[in-house]
Amino acid sequence: MATALSPQWQVTMADLKGKVEPDWCPGCGDFGVLAAVEKALVELQIPNHNVVTISGIGCSSNFPGFINTYGMHTLHGRALAVATGVKLANHDLTVLVTGGDGDGFGIGGNHFMHTMRRNVDLLYIVMDNQIYGLTTGQTSPTSRVGMKTKSMPFGNIEAPVNPISMALAAGATFIARGFSAEQKHLTELIKQGIQHKGFSFLDVFSPCVTYNHDNTYQWFRPRVKKLEDDAAYDPRDWVAAMEKSLLWGDEIPIGKFFERTDLPALHAAEPVLESGPLVHGECRIAPDVTRSFVQELM
Amino acid sequence: MKQTFAIAIGGAAGQGVATPGDIFAKIFSRRGLHLNAYNAYQSIIRGGHTFLTIRTGPEKVTNMGDRIDLLIPLNQDSVDRHLGLLTEGAACVYNAETIKPGAAVDGVQLCPLPVSKLADITRNKVAQNTLAVGAALSMAGVGFKALEEVLTEQFKKKGDAVVAENVGIARAGYEYASANFKPFPRPLPMTENRYAVMSGNIAMAMGGAAAGVKFYCAYPMSPSTGVLHWMAAHARKAGIMVRQVEDEIGVVNMAIGAAHAGARSMCATSGGGFALMSEGLGLSAMMETPVVVIDCQRAGPSTGVPTKTEQGDLWQMLGAAFGDYPRVIACPLDIADSFKIIAEIFNIADRFQCPGIVLSDLLLSEGRLSVDPKDLDFAPVIDRGELITAPEANGNGGYKRYKITMSGVSPRAIPGVAGHTHTAASDEHDEDGVLISDEFTNPTKRRAMMEKRMRKVAGIAAAVPPPELGGPADADVTLIGWGSTKGVIEEACEILTEQGIPANQLQIRWLVPLHGDAIVNILKNARHTIIVENNYSGQFARYLRSETSFVPDGHIRKYDGEPFMPHHIVNAVKEQLAGKSKLSVPEHEVLV
Repeated sequence: MATALSPQWQVTMADLKGKVEPDWCPGCGDFGVLAAVEKALVELQIPNHNVVTISGIGCSSNFPGFINTYGMHTLHGRALAVATGVKLANHDLTVLVTGGDGDGFGIGGNHFMHTMRRNVDLLYIVMDNQIYGLTTGQTSPTSRVGMKTKSMPFGNIEAPVNPISMALAAGATFIARGFSAEQKHLTELIKQGIQHKGFSFLDVFSPCVTYNHDNTYQWFRPRVKKLEDDAAYDPRDWVAAMEKSLLWGDEIPIGKFFERTDLPALHAAEPVLESGPLVHGECRIAPDVTRSFVQELM
Repeated sequence: MKQTFAIAIGGAAGQGVATPGDIFAKIFSRRGLHLNAYNAYQSIIRGGHTFLTIRTGPEKVTNMGDRIDLLIPLNQDSVDRHLGLLTEGAACVYNAETIKPGAAVDGVQLCPLPVSKLADITRNKVAQNTLAVGAALSMAGVGFKALEEVLTEQFKKKGDAVVAENVGIARAGYEYASANFKPFPRPLPMTENRYAVMSGNIAMAMGGAAAGVKFYCAYPMSPSTGVLHWMAAHARKAGIMVRQVEDEIGVVNMAIGAAHAGARSMCATSGGGFALMSEGLGLSAMMETPVVVIDCQRAGPSTGVPTKTEQGDLWQMLGAAFGDYPRVIACPLDIADSFKIIAEIFNIADRFQCPGIVLSDLLLSEGRLSVDPKDLDFAPVIDRGELITAPEANGNGGYKRYKITMSGVSPRAIPGVAGHTHTAASDEHDEDGVLISDEFTNPTKRRAMMEKRMRKVAGIAAAVPPPELGGPADADVTLIGWGSTKGVIEEACEILTEQGIPANQLQIRWLVPLHGDAIVNILKNARHTIIVENNYSGQFARYLRSETSFVPDGHIRKYDGEPFMPHHIVNAVKEQLAGKSKLSVPEHEVLV
């Protein structure tokens, strides 16, 4: 239902303020992501009723309740599947999916892979803190080897996933990494991700100040290097992006790793949607068509 | 007894059992005859043993029946398995060069076809099948023209030469049978009626299209895959978005997403896939987003017997997802009903904003039935319930998605409508959608929201009619069944009544809400009650008892993977009325 905006209508930060204040721990990286999303929506002037923010379960998945858009706070790991349904039923909507590393790369890993290859037009923001927070500190799929948690008290012996390389391999058409403490940079990436016509993946370092004492703000700050500062880096180059994605240690790239614009988003590739979003169409099928369905069986 | 004629075709998968079956089905339905087809098969693409039974007649044919009139074995294995089932008056048409039939009982006509003399088998690998079809129709008293017409349609894409070759082979079989075999005493009649022949899966898919389903997604799983196939093939004509998803967890959640955005959404699976969807059903209930899930039951547990039928998923449906929530569960009574029930359950799911489950089974999903096109209403009532799709003129900005109401139903705004932003959450929430699960849980609010949702149960019960007794009011025995067993129980009742044991039937179509009081009112006057169901533990009997304390006099159960045949029920009823047993488990004599 795209409602025409009156000329005076302006999306402001106040419009996007949720019904309740975020209940994240003081200092949580997720505050920075929420602020950057709000700034991006204001800068892009997208009316809040045309935005659906969809999440799974976890600290960061409480996000939809803290922003005044349409929201869906779904099941653990299932946000991308729900979001795909929303987008296909009404592709006029701007769909944001927000969640954590456990939600997206652990329990939701299967949907993550398939939503990328389908090129569903949405922005998926993972607030990646390398730990399970809401369940009080267990190893996550992005926890480093050796990290001690309540579930691996003698240190993690499993290799972590590399979300950026995974997204490249799975065929995501926009892939970026942000840092919650880099507000301007993050806001810019969110804007680009929303505007990209296809699946946009944004992995955001969003430190957990309560349970992850390894990957802190202090740990990230000297390491993150913006890809945008390297004039020679071309985000259209998939191989270069894959190489950059493997960097981890003293230097960790953030910024836009990869974007391609030559592939249609899923809804744009589907002839059934040529005449507009499903929810706006006629419910009834024309009688001559239904007659043909029966005739086939006679 | 009504006039019916049953043809059975047996062979290995890949030998071409399906094509003759399709040809017979077309010819019978175009002759104005009803038909029922059931294919007993296995989870194999080539080999094994497939046994297709097509039963036809001028009156409604609701099940495979007890008798095979004509057996067409395509290999030795098939004749070995099934010749013994033939009784006086039946016939067996077979390839004399590859099959040795052995001894049949007196009065069974053995009809050997000299296949290589009648057709060039080096050119046409399925010549024996086409010859047999021709021979069968000659013996059944059907004119050759009907067969010529169907074969022409079937092969016209391959060119005139192929059409001519196949028609020629069929004619050779037809003429050979006319000259050498004794025709059946009662030729197949003709009527003015014309029927569509369809599977339950096609019926449910078309029923969805008629009901305004705009989003369908699925993961392939027998025996539900036919719904996906129809939907995919007709998506563009019907304006339906059809997606194949990575798993059933994704399926149900994607369907819920599309439903939340305002599209009627449906998905189908079998028991294993349904198990994966369970958590999603709870999401549908908690967010109050209506979605319809079809479960086509197959023999379980686990992978079970993927190609065999059972009514074994009832308790999974009753218990799907944790916590208490309103749900609707309906089981179609036959294939035509599989069409009709979809619009009905969508209206209830939409009005009461809750999940709806359609409980079919392999027998209905993959079985085929002649359906009068008049019974396929493509303009059924569509009631979307209290759905807000545009900003309200007098909206005062105080929209509460989960407003507490007497009915328990709160008007549902779809995303995109200005002034109605809210969050739908899987967590418990307040009237305005704000979570009460985490920061400050609140027993008063939790109780109020729980009661709000559960108040819908009364409305749902009022929206669904109670079941009614079928057959004579005064009967010695009342048979109780649910869903797909309607036809076979009905025929068993007719046979029993003819044999001097008046029998009637209570068939359940709505499992939730059950209308327990109405059921007990009907059954309290019954002389002898028997529950008939296709499972081991009496799932419906246990459910009925848990809801009403009603205990029947006896049970007839079958859990060998094959459906009931009328005589299974008739014999078991006689055994139980004679006091020999309270639990009968009929033996399936057809080895498939």
